[in-house]
Amino acid sequence: MKTSKIKHSSPYAGWLLLAIALLVLAPAVLSDFRLGLLAKYCCYAIAAVGIGLAWGRGGMLVLGQGLYFGLGAYAMAMHLKLADAGPGGVPDFMALYGDAAVPWWWEPLRSGAVAVVVILVLPVIVAGLLGLAVFKRRIKGAYFAILSQALAAAFAILLIGQVKTTGGANGLNNFQGFFGYALFDPANKRMLYFVAAGILLVSILAMAWLHRSRFGELLVAVRDGEERVRFLGTDPANVKLAAYVVAAVLASVGGALFVPIAGIVSPDDVGVVASIGLLAGVALGGRASLLGPAVGALLVGYAETSLSEAFPGSWSYFQGALFVLVILLLPGGLAQLVGMAKRTVAHRERPALEEAAAR
Amino acid sequence: MDAILAQVFTGISAGAVLLLIALGLTLTFGQMGVINMAHGEFIMAGAYTAFVVSTITAGTELSLLIALPVGFLIGGLLGLALEASVLRWMYARPLDTLLVTYGVGLVLQQVARDVFGAPAKEVPAPDWLDGSIPILGYDFPLTRLFIILLAAGCVAALLAVLRFTALGREIRATVGNRDLAETLGISTRRTDRATFFIGSGLAGVAGVALTLLGSTGPNLGTSYIVQAFLVVVVGGIGHLKGTIVAALGIGLLQAFLAHALTGSVAQVIVFLAIVAFLQLRPQGILSVRTRSLA
Repeated sequence: MKTSKIKHSSPYAGWLLLAIALLVLAPAVLSDFRLGLLAKYCCYAIAAVGIGLAWGRGGMLVLGQGLYFGLGAYAMAMHLKLADAGPGGVPDFMALYGDAAVPWWWEPLRSGAVAVVVILVLPVIVAGLLGLAVFKRRIKGAYFAILSQALAAAFAILLIGQVKTTGGANGLNNFQGFFGYALFDPANKRMLYFVAAGILLVSILAMAWLHRSRFGELLVAVRDGEERVRFLGTDPANVKLAAYVVAAVLASVGGALFVPIAGIVSPDDVGVVASIGLLAGVALGGRASLLGPAVGALLVGYAETSLSEAFPGSWSYFQGALFVLVILLLPGGLAQLVGMAKRTVAHRERPALEEAAAR
Repeated sequence: MDAILAQVFTGISAGAVLLLIALGLTLTFGQMGVINMAHGEFIMAGAYTAFVVSTITAGTELSLLIALPVGFLIGGLLGLALEASVLRWMYARPLDTLLVTYGVGLVLQQVARDVFGAPAKEVPAPDWLDGSIPILGYDFPLTRLFIILLAAGCVAALLAVLRFTALGREIRATVGNRDLAETLGISTRRTDRATFFIGSGLAGVAGVALTLLGSTGPNLGTSYIVQAFLVVVVGGIGHLKGTIVAALGIGLLQAFLAHALTGSVAQVIVFLAIVAFLQLRPQGILSVRTRSLA
């Protein structure tokens, strides 16, 4: 920690820059349509912040965050559907597909408060149970990655299979209101953008605090030497579990906000491809850095939209190349470049040898 | 009774498909710790090979038999290219290979989409696989039988290579202890390349076989890759026997569950069953006894 001065001052300067860009600059410059897209990227970025903690800091390759993104998104979507249908009403698609009866597990979500609780607590329960099962048995590395990926795949398959209650492959869409605010009103859409950007900024601040905390130190220690931590008397499973649960909650919150902003959630937002897509931004920005995951996710979201507009079909090439080049050549992501630039400026006489950035 | 028999056949043939796909993965995952997500796209490449061969030969009866070795070659060469260009730099970071190879897979998918078009292609099955033969009173489709025999043949060939050839000895030594193998004069670099060639080639063979079961599209591989990795994990990494048991077990379980419930619920239950199974045996059905802490 020789460069501690730089390291400790920069996160807040960077955070402030991001805050100004998101809260002042973007709303002033962008059209309503572009702002809506940026709001969508913010939702991905919130999930990415959690992935940064679990993957970058904790070394757990969380390949199935779509599962938690989907839990939050579907909980929110179900609530919005029920709210649109009115008290005692049946969501439109259910009437279309058959029974026209609301299943029992939909009913509690009529209440907005319950929906919020579900969005926050359900990922804790699911990730907690799964994490306990996996980490206590010391399943890690590739095994963990494959398992989490399989769960996201299973969730998507389940959603597609249950057309009558989940909308199947089409998902849930066509929402009219969001907690009493009409979604077609541009003013309310702008409000949603500020909510998403605000939550993103707050979650990054929370990460800054977590990174610096005793827990954050332990998490990095577990990543770099799990057995040493065990021998020192701390159960690495608990540390990993906590990070995994935090990541799950952030993904769920991102998913929940995604629904009113994007106006749709479908199994495509949940499955394997979407889950790995969430990792692209994290890898690009720098998985272990504070701002990297969020900034990377915003950049990847922007790149996906603009490249798809300019050259249809090119996005797959770009995303594929991004994974290969960034992970192969720049495992620390853009944050590594920033760090290298800073060090070159700080010690002009001495080339930066140490700290080959995060793994 | 007939229903049970039918499910057993379905399960075994589904297991045979899984086995064909997982064989190559077990090799590369077991020896090098590389998690090759592009394996799915090698399967796709094999399937398109079958399509091209059948187009060139204009549907000759033998096109399938020509496509099998060609598919092996194409898959193997793709694997060699991947190893030589990207993976060789990444052996120190095995977990990262997953995302890199996923990126390569994305590119390969898009290449297939650009070259062959997005709509799925049909590869006509040869006449001699048309129809079915009765086994124990149940009409068994010949295509399914062919795939079971092909999987069995690949397993036998692979076992023979591993058991009886110099290369096989070197591969087994490298899996057992890489550093020790190197001190004994085995070029582990060369062995790695050979393993990757064989493993990826098997993916190509699996791709050719899959054209008998359905149409060929750019996303062919992605639908199988997750399950194939589960087979490898359940079987125990680096164990052919474990992989065989796991593939057949998962195939059978899925067939029976799909019969009793619906297909999607069956798949979800299989996934959950695997999580539960790994609670009991975190290292899979068979595992190398080791004192290593990692």
